[in-house]
Amino acid sequence: MSTSNSDPVIEQLSAAFPRVPFRAVNPGIPALVVPGENLVDVCHYLKITPGLEFDYLASLTAIDYLDRIDVVYQIRSLKQKRDLTLRVEVDRDEAVAPSVTGVWRAADFQEREIFDLMGVVFTGHPNLKRILLYDEFDGHPLRKDWRLPAEPRVITS
Amino acid sequence: MPIDQPAGVVVPDEPLNAETEQIVINMGPQHPSTHGVFRMILTLSGETILKAEIVMGYLHRGVEKQCEEGTFVHNITATDRLDYLAAMSNNLAFSIAAENLAGVEVPERAWYIRTIVCELQRIASHCVAVGTFGADVGTFFTPLLYAFREREMILDMFTMICGARMTLSYVRPGGVALDLPDEFIPSCRYFLDIMPGKIDEYESLLTGNEIFKVRTVGVGMLPKEKALDYAVSGPSLRASGINYDLRRDAPYGIYDRFNFEVQTADGCDCFSRYLVRVREMRESVKIVRQALDQLPAGPYSANLSRNFRAPEGEAFSRIEAPKGELGFYMVSDGSIAPYRCKIRAPSFINIGPLHEMLLGYKVADAVAILGSLDIVLGEVDR
Repeated sequence: MSTSNSDPVIEQLSAAFPRVPFRAVNPGIPALVVPGENLVDVCHYLKITPGLEFDYLASLTAIDYLDRIDVVYQIRSLKQKRDLTLRVEVDRDEAVAPSVTGVWRAADFQEREIFDLMGVVFTGHPNLKRILLYDEFDGHPLRKDWRLPAEPRVITS
Repeated sequence: MPIDQPAGVVVPDEPLNAETEQIVINMGPQHPSTHGVFRMILTLSGETILKAEIVMGYLHRGVEKQCEEGTFVHNITATDRLDYLAAMSNNLAFSIAAENLAGVEVPERAWYIRTIVCELQRIASHCVAVGTFGADVGTFFTPLLYAFREREMILDMFTMICGARMTLSYVRPGGVALDLPDEFIPSCRYFLDIMPGKIDEYESLLTGNEIFKVRTVGVGMLPKEKALDYAVSGPSLRASGINYDLRRDAPYGIYDRFNFEVQTADGCDCFSRYLVRVREMRESVKIVRQALDQLPAGPYSANLSRNFRAPEGEAFSRIEAPKGELGFYMVSDGSIAPYRCKIRAPSFINIGPLHEMLLGYKVADAVAILGSLDIVLGEVDR
């Protein structure tokens, strides 16, 4: 399985965004940590630049590490047959990340899911509301400190 | 030849430009053609859909949260209940992720068995997709019952190998749960011999059927660019003319050893999505036949403790499930349970463009368009 981040891509990114402090990490899946404020520009560049053409947002997820939440973007170029994993580290108490719905529409549902279950707010999302749980639901269950309420609650809607 | 109008009826010279009042209707959550508890809020002008909103979550069980509580082997049973029409594929995707995490080497025979059962599962899932899609668009129950007849043969074979019809839990981290029984191979060979003729039967009922074509050709257009933008996968992506299949383009397991063609169609409509599925069934028959011919002897599972621990780290898997790209993103903290288990469910992502695909079509087409995407709500809501 070709999961490795191809180095030429990282070099090209660093050349195109000289001021952005990219950081390569490898917790089992090689990834590139991108600062939140540069994410949309970087994604847009990755999508439209000839030779890169990352046109497919394969998967979008978030992981609660207790000291921070990582939003993980697995993107792919079907033409170049190449994968890239981007990560954005967000603060747990003030979990805000920019929305990439403007780059890939596939982010629409997946960002709503992360907002619903993990409580990350995506700024710029056109319709950010809960998708799987009901609106009155209390909390974000995929956070590690979330516990089932002791008393069953009556759902009114 | 002019027809005499009955007295009292005034025929206007110009066609009436009648604007009807817009109405909002709820399709679902309890509706026979939504294939589960799924709701579409449709704004209609007459019969034309002006706006569609998708509401889901009625079947949400928190599988991802549950997976954090159970061991890796426990969680296999939770994956059965995601896409319950293709439990083998779910088991496989979960197992690959767990194996990548724990660094387990899977024996060769196990890989062959996995390939055989997953391709059989693909045929079974496509049988349901094609049959129910026919029923959705008004061929009523003949193609459905024909397709279910062969699906039942596959489910009988699954009963033979693991005792269950749908919630199989057969593919496990490290290999498979049990070796193939002796009677499986002759049954499977018999099935492979008759299946191409049965697929011809489905095609004779549907592919050239005028009623079926009127309901599906040019309906529910999903252009290539939109399919990519929404990260649609599986037969729905290939029906939009994109030649991409993970079995060929990112081969997992032993798929690089088999000859098969990736099936595509250029219509971008409901009919193309149907056509791709039918053709994929033929390719799956070919793959199973090759796998049976090459099936080696040896152990069917790696020697792995039931409560095995994975070292700290992250891993993911992605496979071409019948509905599309199924992936698991797993994080381990070194304990016996995954720390985080994200499911990239193809059905959930494939309905992303649905609200755009519905626009401008009649309300009766909504059923056809939804049916052609082939979603399973167990996987959408998780």
